[in-house]
Amino acid sequence: MTWIININKCMRCGGCVSVCPTAALELRDNVIRDEKLCKLCGLCDQACPVDAIKVNKP
Amino acid sequence: MIDAVIVGAGPAGTCCAKKLAEAGFSVKVYEKRAEIGAPKRCGEGLSEASQNFVGKIPERCIAQRMKGARLYAPNGRYLDAILTEGGFILERKVFDKWLAEEAIKAGASVQANTFVSGLLKDSKGYYTGVKGEFMGNEFEEKARVVICATGAESPIRTQVLGVYSKVNLVDSCIQYEMTNVDMVPDMIHIYLSNILAPRGYVWVFPKGEHRANVGLGIVPQEKKPGAYMEEFFKEHPEISKGSIIEVNAGCVPVGGLVKDMVTNGFVLCGEAANHVNPIHGGGIKEAVISGQMAADVIGECLKKNDVSKTALSKYNDDWWELRGNHLKRVEKLRETLEKLSDQDLNDLVDALKPEDIIEFARGAKLSILAKVLMRKPRLVGIAMHLL
Ligand SMILES: Cc1cc2nc3c(=O)[nH]c(=O)nc-3n(C[C@H](O)[C@H](O)[C@H](O)COP(=O)(O)OP(=O)(O)OC[C@H]3O[C@@H](n4cnc5c(N)ncnc54)[C@H](O)[C@@H]3O)c2cc1C
Ligand code: SF4
Ligand code: SF4
Repeated sequence: MTWIININKCMRCGGCVSVCPTAALELRDNVIRDEKLCKLCGLCDQACPVDAIKVNKP
Repeated sequence: MIDAVIVGAGPAGTCCAKKLAEAGFSVKVYEKRAEIGAPKRCGEGLSEASQNFVGKIPERCIAQRMKGARLYAPNGRYLDAILTEGGFILERKVFDKWLAEEAIKAGASVQANTFVSGLLKDSKGYYTGVKGEFMGNEFEEKARVVICATGAESPIRTQVLGVYSKVNLVDSCIQYEMTNVDMVPDMIHIYLSNILAPRGYVWVFPKGEHRANVGLGIVPQEKKPGAYMEEFFKEHPEISKGSIIEVNAGCVPVGGLVKDMVTNGFVLCGEAANHVNPIHGGGIKEAVISGQMAADVIGECLKKNDVSKTALSKYNDDWWELRGNHLKRVEKLRETLEKLSDQDLNDLVDALKPEDIIEFARGAKLSILAKVLMRKPRLVGIAMHLL
């Protein structure tokens, strides 16, 4: 797996959603990702204020 | 079929709803959070002058009144800028609910805990309503126009108009609401430093004698805001001795104003269109204004029974004329300030007079600012850039 979220760290702030260029993310009770849309660009990882997302670029 | 459905009950959504309802249109607002306004994602600062748009704010929404701002240079020296009109630190949880109540009083309907999962679209390519979920039940709501007031955190703006926030144009923020901290309570405290908060700043917004929102925003990077906050705490025992009673995070757009905010049957407003002041990251006032401006144009369009992109684009024109061009200049100023070293910031705080700061934060009278900068040899380059 190359996109991992630590839901214990996540603050449900939606920062990752706001920077995702492909609308792959959505914030409900947790952040959910549409794998088909995600380009593994890593921008969500960079923006996250609390280091909850880790993207290992392919 | 109702006239307008609004996604998101933040200030943009509820202020838009209120105006539409006052003009006699049927409006529903859906908010995914279980409680409107909570958790807050905000330092809660608002200028008193914002009441010109939002109306008189009831006392119960106000945690603390401000008479000005204390601006700290990296070397610790500070400057007090006293505003002719002051400001407030709000209780957003109360304020956002008040705005919702105002919309409801005007005739709108607002429903919390309701997630909008998708949009309805007709064969001509017009958006015609939303799909939603309330208490586990799915439903559809048809409307003549859909307003996206979701803040920056929704994929809807990206799906419909391709709008998202460029990562280098957001400030990645952490904020602790703290008690038992010591500071002058009737001033907001802003700490400028490239070491403590690259591109952004540290803020202490008092909410009473010993309570404050202590926050920090930075350009997104590997080192996270929490790590920077630890360093600020080391230098500020008067703050770090306090207890953390709430933690908030968020990314606030500080640029990337959207040129085209409409399409057939669809309008973006508030932070969803990155309507935020690019210098201080304040978005409440801009959300209120853009929600109201959108409502004015949508109302005209509904009356003429024409919600085409062409008809709705009057909102683009109006917003850019009243707010966009100004905020664009503020963004330019932020780009200039970003280039300042800590030594430049020290010189700047020394060179500025309190009156200058106020103009400065508004992004007004840049030539005056440039003249001030000219007084310090190190800052001449930056002054030239402004002129
Ligand atoms: C750390 C931080 C500090 C800040 N400090 C300040 C400050 O001191 N002063 C200031 O003026 N501004 C501040 N801001 C900015 C300010 O909070 C926002 O710009 C402002 O709230 C924007 O208002 P809005 O109505 O556009 O969006 P929001 O207030 O974000 O409201 C949008 C609403 O839409 C809802 N929503 C989203 N998607 C859906 C969906 N699919 N279905 C249903 N509902 C949905 C959300 O839950 C949310 O409640 C700060 C921001 C941050 C991150
Ligand atoms: S990696 Fe890129 S495309 Fe995938 S969810 Fe994160 S921001 Fe979106
Ligand atoms: S940016 Fe980070 S903390 Fe915020 S919702 Fe996304 S993963 Fe969670």
